[in-house]
Amino acid sequence: MTPVSAATIDGLRRIEGRDKVTGAARYAYEQQIEGVATAVAVTSTIAKGRIHGFDAGETLAHPRVLEVLTYENAPRVAEDADSEPELAVLQTSAVAYHGQVVALVIAETLEAAREGARLLAVEYREQTPDVELSDSHPGLYKPDKVNAGFPTDEGTGDPDRALEKADLVVDAVYSTPNDHNQPMEPHATVATWSDDGHLTLYDSTQGAPMAANSVSKILGVDSGRVRIISHHVGGGFGSKGTPRPNVILAALAAQALGRPVKLALTRQQLFTMVGYRTPTIQRVRLGANADGTLTALVHEAFEQSSTIKEFAEQTTTCSRVMYASPNRRTAHRLVRLDVPTPSWKRAPGEAPGMFALESAIDELAVAAGMDPIALRIANEPDVEPETGRRFSSRNLVACLREGARQFGWDERDPTPGVRREGRFLVGSGVAASTYPARRQPSSATARANDDGTYLVRIGAADIGTGARTALTRIAATALDVDPSRVVVEIGDSALPFAMLAGGSMGTASWGSAVVKACRALVEQGGGEVEVDTKEEVAADADLAKHGFGAQFAQVRVDIDSGETRVDRMLGVFAVGKVIEPRLARSQLIGGMVMGLGMALMEEAILDPRTGATVNHDFAGYHVPVNADVTDVEATWIEEEDAELNPMGSKGIGEIGITGAPAAIANAVFHATGRRVRDLPIRLDRLL
Amino acid sequence: MALHHREAAPVTQVEIDLTINGENHQLVVDTRISLLDLLRERLGLTGAKKGCDHGQCGACTVLLDGRRANACLALAVAHDGSEVTTIEGLATGDQLHPLQEAFIEHDAFQCGYCTPGQICSAAGFIDELDEAVDGPLSDDLIRERMSGNICRCGAYPNIVSAIREVASARSGAAERVGGAA
Ligand code: FES
Ligand code: FES
Repeated sequence: MTPVSAATIDGLRRIEGRDKVTGAARYAYEQQIEGVATAVAVTSTIAKGRIHGFDAGETLAHPRVLEVLTYENAPRVAEDADSEPELAVLQTSAVAYHGQVVALVIAETLEAAREGARLLAVEYREQTPDVELSDSHPGLYKPDKVNAGFPTDEGTGDPDRALEKADLVVDAVYSTPNDHNQPMEPHATVATWSDDGHLTLYDSTQGAPMAANSVSKILGVDSGRVRIISHHVGGGFGSKGTPRPNVILAALAAQALGRPVKLALTRQQLFTMVGYRTPTIQRVRLGANADGTLTALVHEAFEQSSTIKEFAEQTTTCSRVMYASPNRRTAHRLVRLDVPTPSWKRAPGEAPGMFALESAIDELAVAAGMDPIALRIANEPDVEPETGRRFSSRNLVACLREGARQFGWDERDPTPGVRREGRFLVGSGVAASTYPARRQPSSATARANDDGTYLVRIGAADIGTGARTALTRIAATALDVDPSRVVVEIGDSALPFAMLAGGSMGTASWGSAVVKACRALVEQGGGEVEVDTKEEVAADADLAKHGFGAQFAQVRVDIDSGETRVDRMLGVFAVGKVIEPRLARSQLIGGMVMGLGMALMEEAILDPRTGATVNHDFAGYHVPVNADVTDVEATWIEEEDAELNPMGSKGIGEIGITGAPAAIANAVFHATGRRVRDLPIRLDRLL
Repeated sequence: MALHHREAAPVTQVEIDLTINGENHQLVVDTRISLLDLLRERLGLTGAKKGCDHGQCGACTVLLDGRRANACLALAVAHDGSEVTTIEGLATGDQLHPLQEAFIEHDAFQCGYCTPGQICSAAGFIDELDEAVDGPLSDDLIRERMSGNICRCGAYPNIVSAIREVASARSGAAERVGGAA
């Protein structure tokens, strides 16, 4: 197959492309601010206990060190900051996890701040931490809700009885590890207070307006006095969706010193201070008739959160959407451990949930002696299983068929473990992808300039998604002008309030506001308009709205070392109208590549005795590099859906990671005959 | 437990000479400063990125005396008299370097944070190409030699096609690879 090149795909080049390839694009930490001091965060070396004391003598005596902030002397945050315990930094002597911030050293230079941080002595009163998740942990409980407001448990019928009576049963436990976002740009902030009490933050965030609101609440400052500017963001994948400790630390330090302060977290600190994907243990039980029709689907997940904040991932919600079954139960149980607080990582819920579900479906296909694509098609639901709602559009079957055609699936011999090429066993696998298609209210302005150009302003964020470019296209289409005549301003909380780049809702939410503003401007015949989409969003039809896809992987497993290499991946998606094909392909491929990492290498390991993340850098925590990615291609089918938003689009930032790990694990089974149910598929798990 | 006191290291300033993007700089630097921090913290040249500060990600790649190097692992004082080219020095006036053009055309980045390192690394890679040692230019060779530059956005397929285009167009390389890929 000839590789597709983005250069041959029509569409806009990234608006900020030139700035990014010349180094002109300034990210948060890189703002040139007069008189800025540099801070370095010091983190706890115990996982549970209290700080007993500091000795900052050596630190303060070090040349060019300006100040050491700890809970003893840091400015206080607002009382109700308790609702955001991860952001109430330097307020208490209590330590809740290894790697929690305990002090901040501020100096004239980075070298001095780093040395000052090294010289700071911290004494602790340590207690024995509990950092290991298990499905029999006595602290497991049922949270009230799971992330994004989904019900914790739900179901229908009597799945236990159905399992007893089923012709075929799959009952398997899958696990996924503690898995990290690790955007290339570490979280960073530059904070400046003006004399009249206005705070300006250059921050690396997925949503400046929402972040500015939270920061103002934490600091107890009027929201009109906090401005966040974030023109370029070096990736986030969820970890920059809400403010992280760096923002508050920089703001407190700038307040204490009375001068601007900049702070970048280190790569190591990203393993504890900015969220990660909870490890999961998932039991999936499938019951089916001999013809492969599901009679029971049970998906139960066990997860962790920290002791200071509840974050419950919606790991099993995908099983409420994917397949028809008259009897179903999905459930989540959580345990609070002495670990860093987990949060959003690209497709929270769907990414680990679809690994378990789509592996189990593959196991059922083997048990039924059926082709896994045929099995999926046999279990297509007419309506959303959980709610009975109609799908606004659902083209999983079309994706599976088109993917099978492009991948050459029909030539596949299903027998596992029989294809040998030199020292490798070769195999292929398939899995489905899914992710919800939602939108949230946003506002925007549009203005017609005298010179025939247009200015569109919205507090959106481009974290690498191509939002600036996609919104330019959306505005130009709505105005019916060439995109070169449209300037879109984003990345600033001073712009009209907008949804953050999260939940794959960015383009749908912002695009709706941009289209409304541009249409209103055309109707008005010029001038300037400001709109918001609260009414439209509130009036959205109550339908099941999801993107779907099919992913195919071909792998090769070394018979001696157990090393798995992915020779080929193909994703075919049904994601509504694709706005900028060049950029959409890149984003889908990016999700699939991260899924490859989840399948084969990504795993942070906590020392069970100390709670320390032992492999907290890129030498120990492996992410895919160029040589790991041989041939990954993403494409889509045409999908019309008029019930989503004016563009007819579904989000594409997250769906690419869902299903990718299962496609690879299923291919490994096909290659070797070994079913690996625990990610990542390490060498030792195949030997 | 008594508080553990650490020894403070002496702070020394040293004078060095560097040519950065063709411009001579005489600088007095803290001996602890890395080349990367010198560029970013002192000279305002923030094109070279800090992704890990440990030589593990390649975001800080610059050309140091013509060879690609991780600027975070280079102590500035150890390179007195050196020539440094950063991403800011690759274009000629308004004329982008062919790799910069190709990265835009092939959509070889998303967030852009790894991009200056990728481009500097690719420039070094193309200069290193030596038929005798490397064999013909191939996608596998590009992937292998570019694996010191992590792209968390996963733009690798597009990075490879951008570099392939520029590397094969380079005079001489075209015959060698016989129109690779
Ligand atoms: S910052 Fe130098 S290699 Fe990562
Ligand atoms: S473009 Fe984001 S890390 Fe490479």
